Amino acid sequence: MAVTTATPTSPPPPPSMAQDLLNSLPKTLKLKTKQQELLLRVTTLGLIYILAFITRLFSVLRYESMIHEFDPYFNYRTTVYLTEHGFSEFWNWFDSDSWYPLGRIIGGTLYPGLMLTAAALYKILHFLRFAVHIREVCVLTAPFFASNTAIVAYFFGKEVWDSGAGIVAAALIAICPGYISRSVAGSYDNEGVAIFALLLTFYLFVKAVNTGSLSWSLASAFGYFYMVSAWGGYVFIINLVPLYVLVLLVTGRYSLRLYVAYNCMYVLGMLLAMQIRFVGFQHVQSGEHMASMGVFFLLQVFFFLDWVKHLLGDVKLFQAFLRITVTGAISVGAIALGVGTASGYISPWTGRFYSLLDPTYAKDHIPIIASVSEHQPTAWSSFMFDFHILLFLFPAGLYFCFKRLSDATIFIVMYGLTSMYFAGVMVRLILVATPAVCLISAIAVSATVKNLTRVVRAKSQTLQSGSGKGTSASKGSSKGVIDNSQPFQKNGAIVLLLGAFYLLSRYAIHCTWVTAEAYSSPSIVLAARGAHGQRVMFDDYREAYFWLRQNTPPDAKVMSWWDYGYQITAMGNRTVIVDNNTWNNTHIATVGRAMSSYEDEAYDIMRSLDVDYVLVVFGGVTGYSSDDINKFLWMVRIGGGVFPVIKEPDYLVNGEYRVDKGAAPKMLNCLMYKLCYYRFGELTTEYGKPTGYDRARGVEIGNKDIKLEYLEEALTTQNWIVRIYKVKPPKNRS
Amino acid sequence: MAKLIFLILTLIPILCTSFSPDKPSDRRILVLVDDFAVKSSHSLYFKSLQSRGFDLDFKLADDPKIALQRYGQYLYDGLVLFSPTIERFGGSIDAAAILDFVDSGHDLIVAADNNASDLIREIATECGVDFDEDYTAMVVDHAGYAVSSTEGDHTLIASDDFIKSDVILGSKKIEAPVLFQGIGHSLNPSNRLVLKVLSASPTAFSANPKSKLTSPPSLLGSSISLVSVIQARNNARILISGSLSMFSNRFFNSGVQKAGSPTKHDKSGNEQFLTELSKWVLHERGHLKAVNVKHHKVGETDEPSIYRINDDLEYSVEIYEWSGTTWEPYVADDVQVQFYMMSPYVLKNLANDKKGHYFTSFKVPDVYGVFQFKVEYNRLGYTSLSLAKQIPVRPFRHNEYERFIPAAYPYYGAAFSMMAGFFVFSAVHLYNK
Repeated sequence: MAVTTATPTSPPPPPSMAQDLLNSLPKTLKLKTKQQELLLRVTTLGLIYILAFITRLFSVLRYESMIHEFDPYFNYRTTVYLTEHGFSEFWNWFDSDSWYPLGRIIGGTLYPGLMLTAAALYKILHFLRFAVHIREVCVLTAPFFASNTAIVAYFFGKEVWDSGAGIVAAALIAICPGYISRSVAGSYDNEGVAIFALLLTFYLFVKAVNTGSLSWSLASAFGYFYMVSAWGGYVFIINLVPLYVLVLLVTGRYSLRLYVAYNCMYVLGMLLAMQIRFVGFQHVQSGEHMASMGVFFLLQVFFFLDWVKHLLGDVKLFQAFLRITVTGAISVGAIALGVGTASGYISPWTGRFYSLLDPTYAKDHIPIIASVSEHQPTAWSSFMFDFHILLFLFPAGLYFCFKRLSDATIFIVMYGLTSMYFAGVMVRLILVATPAVCLISAIAVSATVKNLTRVVRAKSQTLQSGSGKGTSASKGSSKGVIDNSQPFQKNGAIVLLLGAFYLLSRYAIHCTWVTAEAYSSPSIVLAARGAHGQRVMFDDYREAYFWLRQNTPPDAKVMSWWDYGYQITAMGNRTVIVDNNTWNNTHIATVGRAMSSYEDEAYDIMRSLDVDYVLVVFGGVTGYSSDDINKFLWMVRIGGGVFPVIKEPDYLVNGEYRVDKGAAPKMLNCLMYKLCYYRFGELTTEYGKPTGYDRARGVEIGNKDIKLEYLEEALTTQNWIVRIYKVKPPKNRS
Repeated sequence: MAKLIFLILTLIPILCTSFSPDKPSDRRILVLVDDFAVKSSHSLYFKSLQSRGFDLDFKLADDPKIALQRYGQYLYDGLVLFSPTIERFGGSIDAAAILDFVDSGHDLIVAADNNASDLIREIATECGVDFDEDYTAMVVDHAGYAVSSTEGDHTLIASDDFIKSDVILGSKKIEAPVLFQGIGHSLNPSNRLVLKVLSASPTAFSANPKSKLTSPPSLLGSSISLVSVIQARNNARILISGSLSMFSNRFFNSGVQKAGSPTKHDKSGNEQFLTELSKWVLHERGHLKAVNVKHHKVGETDEPSIYRINDDLEYSVEIYEWSGTTWEPYVADDVQVQFYMMSPYVLKNLANDKKGHYFTSFKVPDVYGVFQFKVEYNRLGYTSLSLAKQIPVRPFRHNEYERFIPAAYPYYGAAFSMMAGFFVFSAVHLYNK
């Protein structure tokens, strides 16, 4: 904190500060100061580039080179398809292996940017005669783009503040846990390239606004196109940029530069974005995109008014004209919007968008969105965990930005504030806020350090002895002009500098620790500490998927909760009923209903869906808490949302969810309970506990004598994490 | 794309494991009897089987050497249980073994009697038939009994309430009533496969004929079944009769006159009824097979791995019926094919050429997804045909839409006029100073 309070009123840094720094270097390097500075900067950036990459390799070292989590398996599968069958087949891919029997038009319902990027990298590597496997390319795509993001952050920081801030921003974002959480090696997800694209688009747009250059604006339109092709989060760009423009208009910062930048970026960006099949006409028809269109028209009105004002030259006349035009424009816009919405031409906001603006919306209306763990509201602790000192540097950086207000700093402030709000709404959106937080914090760090070093260097050069005035260092440095007469100023500045470096080194240590311990787990292989402190690996998922691949007929249909759909199709190569692309709520609700019904009712549902195998994930033996029993209430809610026969209170006792003897009778006999706990009652899981002791929930289960009539156990993995059941054919004689 | 071809032929594999696909009739039959006297007292029935080419193997039911299978192979194609009193089979046979025998596609004829053992009752129960729980009960009919020289206790009844199916009982009408003396059974209502072939008259009931009726009998009237058949899902056929004596030479040869009926038949209907029924049970009649399921686009011959919406396709299947010696074309006008995805999108009757070839053509609906060609043919007495063949249907590819559509001409015009206008404007603006 000392660093941040010490710096507020220090003077703006002189541009030649880096030169001063280099002056103190030994003159053995026969380079001009400028060249030295350039060399130093390039070297630093190169090191940051490498650092950003290698810090993300913990997951490969600790586990192996593998794809992580759930969605990345889909991305991997589609990438493999793309490299094997080519772009045309990929673009038109109708996948009959998922969402049985509906199927999914994969080509039209995904953001292809990630797959195309990985496939292009793969092709380039093969062209250069590096015979790598596509999996390795996919695993390392996210770290590679994280390095690129760091470089973009440098240029962005340079554009917004100065090159010092840029370097700090690059360094901060290279290791920031909020970003690493989604970009470790193996985390082959859209966000991996999308954050790069997001930051690139913003950078190019700010550059365009600063220069008023058509070419930069065009570049930002292409950046936007890449972002749209990569991630649904592009909606953030297409709303933030108009908002920014609006703020500039309101604050009287309208300029021709802005007009050129926004119009070119919007029109071209829109046309390009519409080429992505998944977006298509949504870009001109859906409510989420209307703000950008409104601002586009508003800008034309502004320009027109400017022109009229220029022609008229009469203030009074112009005022009258202004009133008429503005009223006319607003009413025309309102009518157009109203008619468009009423006729259904403009689609209303989607549930996801609503849940961003109103955090409680999803909980009440769309259980399928609320059920996703990464859509939960963010806890304070995860802010601390993901940002560490940036959380304190962020407000300080905002302060600096306000001190030196420009078009660029206004943008970064708006980006920071809006994304921070969204990060508070949904835990996954911390990712979007991370670049902004890093940039703004970098401004704070850079400005502070610059001020402090100036104090230190000023002293050392002049070597003046100060007066006996004993003010604190923070007070001293807060003086507008460097007061050489203060004796403790230098010491104080040194102390503060050391403090800043201490904090930054804590940040580096924290980031490394978080990366190594928390964010490198592939979640498909689980690690735990054994009784003697050794690492124990649970590789049950892959065991089960491999079993499916090897032992079931190729056209077998596997029913599981949607979380495992992508993994089953990618690793087990079998047809699934539902998967992580939650596009059809009814279908998911049907599965939820089957899981929460009695066995005979579930059997009818499974027969109607031609289900051959049922897969459940069970953590009672290992104490793995994100298993299907803990997810079960969501199945009940989602199932009940479509089929009112499923009622949540039937599964609760006094509003409490339990699986032991006191559990609700329906709970004890529903399909999910039976499949998870089948023959579990015979097992002793922990010394000194009764048989059937569920370690994930810490209770002895309530129904130990489970008989299955319509299903039979096909596979239980080594640690019981995955259990697969075969659906029996109808009885032969009845 | 080969992996996109999914074939589900639920019937064909079952046929392969159970019946010889070429000749579905059973050949080797094990007959288990209580004592060998049955062999002679029921010789007419056995002779009729032997004369049709069946190879009967008589064994005592408690013979310790009997076995249904050896080294995992079944030794017989059919089993006749004429041993109503047996409490425990010899050898490795028990109720579960017999049910497994049926579940692997073999046929079974069970005759119980008024002293039927728990074992026989258990087998019957597993097949959806519940014999009267009262061990002393017999079917008594004071109105529909068979007239005989002595008054008797009216347990010998003459029944003529047959199932109306030419497939099961043959096309020749059974004129004479069937003599029956034994226990009645009811059908398990939850079992949808079991059929009453011979039911008791509305005046019949099931009780101990020797004691006075103190409480209402549990089985009453025409809900009592005397002879029932089950065709299991794997098309194994089971016959369950509550009387062993109805198979005997004595009943075959005796005349019959139903009480209250003026006509007296010289010969009871038993021989005709049971012989015809055995033809059905042993797959000499009513056995269908479906082969050569084919589908392809109109104008092509190869089966595609995927269809596109609005494709025109042709579907064909060949259905034959086993006549006892050869496969004859099956001719019917009610075979339907469904194009099915959770519900039938297309349901069409198949036309046939009287040679067993069924075919139709239709347009794929404007819906994509994983469809199935389904033929579900369930007719009374016939083996149920259940063919399902999975085929995905994809939407249009990006280049399969029309290139120019008339409705969009204003937009084409707008685009090109804009381009031209921009060009002209630029030229004027740049060079006209």
